[in-house]
Amino acid sequence: MTDASLLSRPADAAAAALAAGRTETLPRASEPVVTVVADVAGPSETAGSRVRGLAWRSLLLPWLLPLGLLLVWQFLSATGILSTAIVPAPSDIWDAARQLAARGELQHDILVSLRRVAIGFSIGALGGLQLGLAVGLFESLHDLLDRSLQMIRTIPHLALVPLMILWFGIGEEPRLVLVAMGSLFPVYINTVGGIRNVDPKLVELGKSYGLGRAELIWSIILPAALQPILVGMRYALGVAWLTLVVGETIASRDGVGYLVQNARELLRIDIIVLAIILYAIAGWLSDLVTRLIERRLLRWHPNYADRVKA
Amino acid sequence: MSGASVSLRSVGKSYAGRTVLNGVDLDIAAGQFVSIIGPSGAGKSTLLRLVAGLDAPSYGRIDLCATGHKADVRLMFQEDRLLPWRSVLGNVLLGIKGRKQDAGRILNAVGLQGRESEFPVGLSGGQRQRVALARALIHEPDLLLLDEPFGALDAITRAAMQLLLEQLLVARPRTVVLVTHDVEEALLLSDRVLLVKDGGVARDLIFDQPRPRHRGDPALATLKEELLDGLLTAERDLAAVARIETRMTT
Repeated sequence: MTDASLLSRPADAAAAALAAGRTETLPRASEPVVTVVADVAGPSETAGSRVRGLAWRSLLLPWLLPLGLLLVWQFLSATGILSTAIVPAPSDIWDAARQLAARGELQHDILVSLRRVAIGFSIGALGGLQLGLAVGLFESLHDLLDRSLQMIRTIPHLALVPLMILWFGIGEEPRLVLVAMGSLFPVYINTVGGIRNVDPKLVELGKSYGLGRAELIWSIILPAALQPILVGMRYALGVAWLTLVVGETIASRDGVGYLVQNARELLRIDIIVLAIILYAIAGWLSDLVTRLIERRLLRWHPNYADRVKA
Repeated sequence: MSGASVSLRSVGKSYAGRTVLNGVDLDIAAGQFVSIIGPSGAGKSTLLRLVAGLDAPSYGRIDLCATGHKADVRLMFQEDRLLPWRSVLGNVLLGIKGRKQDAGRILNAVGLQGRESEFPVGLSGGQRQRVALARALIHEPDLLLLDEPFGALDAITRAAMQLLLEQLLVARPRTVVLVTHDVEEALLLSDRVLLVKDGGVARDLIFDQPRPRHRGDPALATLKEELLDGLLTAERDLAAVARIETRMTT
């Protein structure tokens, strides 16, 4: 066989090359080949300290990035690379916060905003939950209400601000109504979806074990739909804060939104940035609370069983 | 004899125009352990669901009869159908108020003492089916319907569950209908084996070997062969029909 004929048959050529190149590294059939998959001395202290190390890591690691950014930010401001006319230094913001706190304004505004979110969200989420339960559980109510609700849902609720002012004036009501409307639909949609996705086999089981309608809902349908409902609540809480930012720009006399409005007129960039940071902290805290609730209520769920995260 | 008797009179069921059961007549005596075997899709589970009252027959009449009270029927499925958000104890007490002591006793009987407060997610497949069994038995049902309850378990766990079921039934006899495709399981446990195919009962076999039975028993082995033959012919028939159908469509 000539070289040319070898080349014309690529499969043979490849096999020949393989054989020539690899025979030396291939073990002989008689030699045992040992692959060490794992070699652990024993379940000693190392395992425990590793778990503790992991806990510390998941506790500290999320803070690394914000703290690092803060340090870089302070450094850039201090060296003048970042003009304080554009963004104030973190230390300036801290000073502004201390001044506001000393006059009692900061605490007051934060509390007022928290109260608005709490009231608006409670009304909206409860309404969304009730509507969702009604529509999810009763076919006739689904036919009656769902289409209308879906239509209302598509309206951006912030577009209703002028209407709200006309209807309710410039008091607390338009803000609360807006926050409630923003929180209602995420909860509604997830509740309906959660109920519709309940495993029919479990419902059948409940029926064959003689559960009445109320007990079927309480023991099987609601717990099965709980996870999506809580996801809806988390999302709604985010929308509630977003709505509040807009709502508090409507002729308000207190609240974090008012703080921003006022600071803009006085050209106090430090207070504006402070307010933005406050929103970030508020969002993070409310998310943390809902996640803690989730972990408690869904502790039976394999995905939530032993995840500790803030 | 305790337990409920079951009678079916020309019971038929069709789903979306397809006939699954075709005029079944069947009498099950109180306290009898009946196994239903048959090729897949022969209507075994449908028969069980009709007796359980989960589905209504297209025609025919089904009667359950217990002495002195309405027959209590409990069903156990191939999937454990445990409520994941309830503890073991909470699952056993589904639809029951109080009676924690009874639940403890029955969990003891299925070998799950001390696991009452655990969630199902931490249990193995066999343990989960034990909880499902306890949940069915705490009602002291007159009729226990088992739809391939051990089908998804490994061989050793299945053998242990069969033994457990037999012990529990010896202690408290009741009528049992077991749907299975394990011929050996049927012969180990039952007083009577029904071979269901083509929408009806093709064979009705009384099997009164003394208990406990052993897998190696020659009488059991002979019957197993015979029933397997019956099953295989049925499967072959189905395969032949499928071949003809594909030939007709292509």
